[in-house]
Amino acid sequence: MYSSSILSIKKFGWGFLTSSTWDPFSEVFGALPMIYGTLVSSLLGLIIAIPLGLGVAVFLSELAPSWLEKPLSFLTELLAGIPSVIYGLWGIFVLVPWLRDSVEPFLQNEFPNSPFFQGAPYGFGMLAAAIILSIMVLPIISSISRDVLKSVPNSQREAAYALGATKWEVTKIVLSYAKSGLLGAIILGLGRAIGETMAVTMVIGNRPQISTSLLAPGYTMASVLANEFTEATSDLYLNSLIELALVLFVITIIINIFARLLVWSTERKWKLSPM
Amino acid sequence: MEITEKIKTENVPKTNAMNQDPIKISVQNLSAYFGKIQVLKNVSIDIPEKKVIAIIGPSGCGKSTFLRSINRMHEVARGTITGKIIFDDEDVMKIDPVYLRRKIGMVFQKPNPFPTMSVFNNVVAGLKLNGFRNRKALKEIVEKTLKQAALWDEVKDMLNKSGANLSGGQQQRLCIARTIAINPEVILMDEPASALDPISTAKIEELIFELKKDYTIIIVTHNMQQAARVSDYTAFFYMGELIEFSDTKKMFTAPAKKQTEDYITGRFG
Repeated sequence: MYSSSILSIKKFGWGFLTSSTWDPFSEVFGALPMIYGTLVSSLLGLIIAIPLGLGVAVFLSELAPSWLEKPLSFLTELLAGIPSVIYGLWGIFVLVPWLRDSVEPFLQNEFPNSPFFQGAPYGFGMLAAAIILSIMVLPIISSISRDVLKSVPNSQREAAYALGATKWEVTKIVLSYAKSGLLGAIILGLGRAIGETMAVTMVIGNRPQISTSLLAPGYTMASVLANEFTEATSDLYLNSLIELALVLFVITIIINIFARLLVWSTERKWKLSPM
Repeated sequence: MEITEKIKTENVPKTNAMNQDPIKISVQNLSAYFGKIQVLKNVSIDIPEKKVIAIIGPSGCGKSTFLRSINRMHEVARGTITGKIIFDDEDVMKIDPVYLRRKIGMVFQKPNPFPTMSVFNNVVAGLKLNGFRNRKALKEIVEKTLKQAALWDEVKDMLNKSGANLSGGQQQRLCIARTIAINPEVILMDEPASALDPISTAKIEELIFELKKDYTIIIVTHNMQQAARVSDYTAFFYMGELIEFSDTKKMFTAPAKKQTEDYITGRFG
C-alpha cells in the first residue's frame, strides 16, 4: 500500500493528513475531512449504541425470563446478519425522510444556538450516518456483551444476593466482574463502525467538508474509496486513494492497540485495585 | 478415636438440651420444589440460638436446599417452598428478602470473593450495599472482622490487592469475614470446607467454634468427622426427609434410627 501510494506521499507529505481540500479536478488531495467524518460518525454511533447495547445485554442475561430470552437474542443476532446495503436503503427511504421532516427541525427549534444543529436539515448527513451505524453496531455489542455477562459465574450473583443485594446491585457487581469483556465488545463494535462502508456512503451525503453541525453532510474514508476508486483517472488520484486506505488501515490498527491496552489495564487493575 | 476425643473436649450439653435453648429458627412442615421435582418433604426442625447445627446426608438429599430456603436463596435458583420457616417469630416469606439475607448470612461451598474488589472492599461489600460509607468506621470494621475471621495477620499488608490473589482457604475466610461484617444473627454454611485442604479446613473449623459465641450457625457438610467436631446438634437428611435430629454426641454414639446408623458407619451414602 505504501509503494502504491508513493506519488501522493511525495507530493503532499504530512499535508495529506492535515489539508481539508479534496479536489480531484485540480488534483489537490487532503484527507482530513474523511478522517474527521470517519471518527465522528463512528464515535457518535457508539455513543448511541453503547447504552442501548449494554441495556439489551443486561436485560437478556439478568432480567428477562427464559421464554423471552431466546427469541429476543435471536432477533438481535438477526440484526447482525442483515447486509449493510439493506441498512443503507432503509436509511434512504425511512431514516433520512424522518430526520429531515421531524427530528432535525425539532432539534433546530429546541436548540437554535447550538453549533451542532446548524444549516439546512437535508436528512442526509453525519447524524443519519451515526444513527445507521449505531443500529448496525448494536447487535454486535449486545450479543457479545450478553455472552460475556452469561459467562460471569453464578457464584458471584449468589454471593451478592446473600449479602442482601437488590437485583440492581447484583447487576452492578456482575457488570464490574465483566468489565474487560464488555470493553472488548465495545471495541469490536467500534471496529465495525469505522470500517463500515455501504450504509454510511448511502446516507452521509458524501461531501468532503468539516462542519461542527451534525446535520451537515460529511464523508468517511471508506465511503470515498467505495465511491471514487473506479473513477480515479490519474495516477496521483489513484495514489491518493490508496494512501487514504493506508491511513484507514493505520487508524484501525492504532484503535485496536489502544483497545488492547485498555482491556489489559482493566484486567491488571483487578490485581492492584485501589481501596 | 478422634471423633470421640473431640466430642469430650468440646463440652457438648450433657443431656439433650434442645428444649431449654431458645429457638432462633423454627421450620415447620417445609417442602421444597424445583419445578415439579420435590426435593424436601415435610421437614420440621427447631434451630436453637447460638449453637452449631450440622446437617449431614448423602448428595442430593436436600441439605443445600434446606439451607437455602432459610434465607430464601432458593428463590435465586427459582425454587418454591410450602410450609413455614419462622425466624424470630416472623415468617421468612413475609420478610423482605434483602433484609432477611442481612440477618441470615451465607457462606458457599466454593470461595466466591469479588475479584474486581480489593480485600478491603470485599469485607465491606455488604456494608457498602447498605449505604454505609464512613471510611474510618469501615477501616475499624475491616480490622475487627478480619481478626474475627482469623485472617488479619495474613492479609493486613495486602488490603488493597484483589481478593482473587488469596489462597483458597484465605478466600473462604475472606468470604466468612464478608458475611459477618454485616453483623447477621445466623450464618448458613454450605460445605464451607469441602473445597479446601486439611489445614485450611482446620482453620475454618476453629473459626466456626469461635463464631458460635455470637452467631447461630447451620453448616451443611459431607464430612461426618467435621460434623462431629464442630456441631452441637446434628440433623440427618435422606431423600428429602429429615430422618433424625438430635444432640451430636448422641447422634454419633447412639443414633435412634437404623438409617442414621448405616450412614454414619459408612454402609451407604
